Amino acid sequence: MFKTLLGQVKQYKVPALLTPLWTTAEVVMGVLIPYVTAMIIDKGINASDLGNIYKYGAMMTGIALASMLFGILAGVFAAYSSTGLAANLREAMYANIQRFSFSDIDKFSTAGLVTRMTTDVSNIQNAFQMLLRTSFRAPLNMVSALVMCFFINGRLSIVFLVAMVVLTMFLTLLITRAARLFKEIFKKYDTLNAVVQENVSGIRAVKAFVRENQQIGLFDKAALSLYNLNVKAETLMAMNHPVMSLVVNGCIIALSWWGAHFIVDGSLTTGQLTSLLSYVMTILTSLMMLSMIFVQLTQSAASGARIAEVINEEPDMADPENPVLDVAHGGITFSHAYFSYSAGGDYALEDICLDIRPGETIGIIGGTGSGKSSLVNLISRLYDVSEGSVKVGGRDVREYSMEALRMAVAMVPQQSVLFSGTILDNLRWGKEDASREECIEACRKACADEFISEFPDGYDTVIDQGGTNVSGGQRQRLCIARALLRKPRVLIMDDSTSAVDTATDARIRDTFSEHIPGVTKIIISGRILSIKDADRIIVMDNGRVSGFDTHDNLLSSNEIYRDINDMQSGGSGDFDQNS
Amino acid sequence: MAGMKGPGNRGPQSGATLSDLRKSSAVWRLMGSVLKEHPAALAIVAVCIVVSSVTSLASSLFSRSLIDDYITPMLNAPTGLFAGVGIGPDYHPLAIALLRLAAVILAGIAADLAYSLIMIFIGQGTLKSLRLRTFTKMESLPLRYFDSHSHGDIMSVYTNDIDSLRQVIGNSFPRLLQSLVTIIATFVSMLVLSIPLTLVSLLFTLLIFYVTTSLGKRSKTYFTRRQKNLGIVNGFIEEMVSSQKVVKVFCHEKKAMEEFRVINENLRSSVFNANKIGNIIMPVNSNIGNFGYVFIAIVGALIALGGSQGWWLGGIGGSAITLGTIVSFLTLHKNFTRPVSQISNEINSIVMASAGADRVFALLDRQSEVDEGRVTLVDAALKDGVLCESPVRTGRWAWKDGDTLTPLQGHVTLHTVDFGYVPEKQVLFDIDMTAWPGQKIAFVGGTGAGKTTITNLVNRFYEISDGSIEYDGFDVRDISKPSLRRSLGTVLQETRLFSGTVLDNIRFGRLDATDEECRQAARTVYADSFIRRLPDGYDTILDADGGNLSQGERQLIAIARAAVADPPVLVLDEATSSIDTRTEKLIQKGMDSLMKGRTTFVIAHRLSTVRNADYIMVLDHGRIIERGKHEELLGQKGKYWELYTGSGIS
Repeated sequence: MFKTLLGQVKQYKVPALLTPLWTTAEVVMGVLIPYVTAMIIDKGINASDLGNIYKYGAMMTGIALASMLFGILAGVFAAYSSTGLAANLREAMYANIQRFSFSDIDKFSTAGLVTRMTTDVSNIQNAFQMLLRTSFRAPLNMVSALVMCFFINGRLSIVFLVAMVVLTMFLTLLITRAARLFKEIFKKYDTLNAVVQENVSGIRAVKAFVRENQQIGLFDKAALSLYNLNVKAETLMAMNHPVMSLVVNGCIIALSWWGAHFIVDGSLTTGQLTSLLSYVMTILTSLMMLSMIFVQLTQSAASGARIAEVINEEPDMADPENPVLDVAHGGITFSHAYFSYSAGGDYALEDICLDIRPGETIGIIGGTGSGKSSLVNLISRLYDVSEGSVKVGGRDVREYSMEALRMAVAMVPQQSVLFSGTILDNLRWGKEDASREECIEACRKACADEFISEFPDGYDTVIDQGGTNVSGGQRQRLCIARALLRKPRVLIMDDSTSAVDTATDARIRDTFSEHIPGVTKIIISGRILSIKDADRIIVMDNGRVSGFDTHDNLLSSNEIYRDINDMQSGGSGDFDQNS
Repeated sequence: MAGMKGPGNRGPQSGATLSDLRKSSAVWRLMGSVLKEHPAALAIVAVCIVVSSVTSLASSLFSRSLIDDYITPMLNAPTGLFAGVGIGPDYHPLAIALLRLAAVILAGIAADLAYSLIMIFIGQGTLKSLRLRTFTKMESLPLRYFDSHSHGDIMSVYTNDIDSLRQVIGNSFPRLLQSLVTIIATFVSMLVLSIPLTLVSLLFTLLIFYVTTSLGKRSKTYFTRRQKNLGIVNGFIEEMVSSQKVVKVFCHEKKAMEEFRVINENLRSSVFNANKIGNIIMPVNSNIGNFGYVFIAIVGALIALGGSQGWWLGGIGGSAITLGTIVSFLTLHKNFTRPVSQISNEINSIVMASAGADRVFALLDRQSEVDEGRVTLVDAALKDGVLCESPVRTGRWAWKDGDTLTPLQGHVTLHTVDFGYVPEKQVLFDIDMTAWPGQKIAFVGGTGAGKTTITNLVNRFYEISDGSIEYDGFDVRDISKPSLRRSLGTVLQETRLFSGTVLDNIRFGRLDATDEECRQAARTVYADSFIRRLPDGYDTILDADGGNLSQGERQLIAIARAAVADPPVLVLDEATSSIDTRTEKLIQKGMDSLMKGRTTFVIAHRLSTVRNADYIMVLDHGRIIERGKHEELLGQKGKYWELYTGSGIS
């Protein structure tokens, strides 16, 4: 994991390495300051020597200036390299996500990926910056201050060593206990947020069943256990300051007592004692800082692992070595294809054998979960078969480059997604360099032109994020037009006209047979009406093909088909466009 | 020292200014309510803070007396004849002074610990009650609120905003107070020691304050930009990842990557600039402090060596500058500059939290759903032909208005109802209809025709703009909302399950239902067989949102939920839309028995569900354009006939 993360430092390596250098310089300067102060006191004030005061004063001003300069450099470089690392991490993740197959995306979930690219990256950015700035500074501060102390007076410095041992023991105890508590606290936050999330999205159900008080009770319980844990953890952490204060002041008293003896002995000067006293804070706060770094690093380690997972995920689908770039025709063959969404899981599709001729119009019908969408997903290789094979244009789909295959197999997914941008922008997803005329032409075929031209801004109408300003049926027609712009060999419509009224639906099918006769058209629908005129119809049942024939033949041969037809008899089974 | 960071980081400095703080009234309201709730505890806290600050000052002042009053006299102590019993200097006074110091320090530590512990209870207690208040408020808000706010925004109140207040309540205010005490006490001690040196120190402190605020102002612009760019990147990732299927199907990867690079770079540069300034404030401040240190040493030495003895050169007490004075003054100077930086830091974090406080209080200030209904729903029984209230479920209900009981019949009438979700856009026009007790009323029509909206008005999810709705002779506004909604069993278009077992989810319909009643409800709606096939049957834990069930299975559970509620009136909004036709056929019998004798509103697009309705309303663009029985409507050869036969030409 560390290798993966550090590997993304890339072009920010030099500033990242320079940061500790600047911090080192800053720390050295900072440590010298009390030493020079001691000189000012001893050689200047005590010796009543103005010359020395100026000399050491100038020295100290110079040192402080240098310290400031190095401090600024360190701050800037640290910010530069940590934000750079964050940007690289986001980019690396995004680039890899683009390569993900659908099963990979399913594995991480959209929300999970978004969190990883935002919250987790921020955590790593902060941890990295702290690592660069503080994790060098703190031990350095501590060690150099210690060295100075021993330099001033070795015997007296033993006090520091004792204090450090005591403090370290205490901090270790504190951190291990706190880390456990915080882990539990995070879990409690999840529970609490889950209750909120469910209530926000399920508010209608809550209100319809008048369950407000029950839900408030649940929330209260979660909030109470969070409160208890938080109080426990904070009480633990509150011990930190008093103990620190105890140790620091213990040092001061010890130093004063023995220091006084040494001064009387003549083995220590008053200036030196002042310096030693000022090093007490430096050494012990550094130790404290180290412990906090340790805590933060352990906390961000989880984020790091989550990021590394995304970057290192090997997409389970890849282009072949010498991909075929041209799809010869729109014929499709399934031979003994089996498919399961998770390895070893139940088959979503079993033993599928189909032969579809170029230019044919195929309807697919079947109950919820019967495998209709899974079947067409295999054609554009959104998933790979578990066993058997799927051929398009006479060759196994795994022999094509994915881009070439998907250019030739245009799919209108069930979920009609539009992006923020104008209608034209959205259409051009189908073909980047499509002219306005081409776009209008495609919209005519998809019966979308009629409503677009009614918009005040026509084709330049801006679609909101999520496409909320066009109706479901309009959205679907735009998606169909977008797919048509590709001029594909195979056009797959996965329940893409469910929100389009039956009359328009019929017109779309008419234009298809008139304008794109050579394209293989595969239409999934719950409505018999949408598919009964297809050349042949596939009836799916429980992941298997239960029938594959014309409407009339199926009516006599296939019980399921007959059932569906009976239920929807009288023409359309649908009154409306919702499904 | 700051406590370990909990969830919800504070982020870098925002470059806030005092005027930002004045603008946020929410923070002050929050502090006000904390003050009102715990006046005694806060008084103790204030005392403890003063004690703790004063004692820490005392210990730093000690270094002066250490050298001047104890060590120097020892150095000058005469040795020999009159030196006392023992040979060498007398350590007694030093020992006593150190013991006194230890006592003072211990008192300080005790005070410190006491106020931190009190603040933990106050802080966490306030957070807990704030969470509960927010949630309770949220549950009482009208649906409009949920329609007009994104789920992410609402969630963020709980995940970010409330937690950010923890810092303010628990840390910022005590620290501000502490810093203030330290500053005042230090300032006074400095004045006592030496007036001119105090002026030097003050000069440098003002410089620090100036630098911090001017850097802060600059970083504020970057910070705002950072937030904006962060939003852009979040939005982009959200849109692209959630639509990855479309991105892939259209081979849009390269273009998306290019776009991502651009916004990613914008984000990087704004975060860099914001963090950069945050990072340099510290070294700049501490070294300005160091410059002051040198100046004080020089000025102090000049005065001490110059031997001038004007009153203005010494301290307020008239004492002259000595070596010890300079040494302790240097320590005081450090003590003086540190809280100044601390104060500007704390103001920053208060301002950042104030944005959160504003959002929390904005939610708390919202108007809850209005409910001035007086009529309530009660279980009723017939005793000797007289209707009276019953303590147990009887399957018979009555409306209780004061002392009068009116039997619940399920007679719902809409009189010329107009409605719009927003005032600018009316979606229902002049709806007039009646559902007689026990009737099955079906709504048919295109998307956006207003079918769901009508049912949302009956249960008062939304308030009508004009007209009236009557329920068994009462205006629905006179019926208390909980009673009204309990009388309507609803299966919503969008199935929402809650984390918990299958049984819990069914029982959501009626909390006092026994396990057996829940199972029976599941059997009625044909959900029993698939539930028993789940890994743990009825005790299978469902994810939040029931992700491990298919859409159709989730709908079956939602129907079972309505069945167990056993309500007098049913509202089925596309209740079987995700259930395939074959399963629907199987559950039809159960559904029929559920609807029997109850007034039922059905929204469906399947013929089988609609055909046997007593009355069918055909809606188009918010108006009822046709109404009647199936055969009558077919005979009219109007819109219904068009939809039904699919032969209409639009």
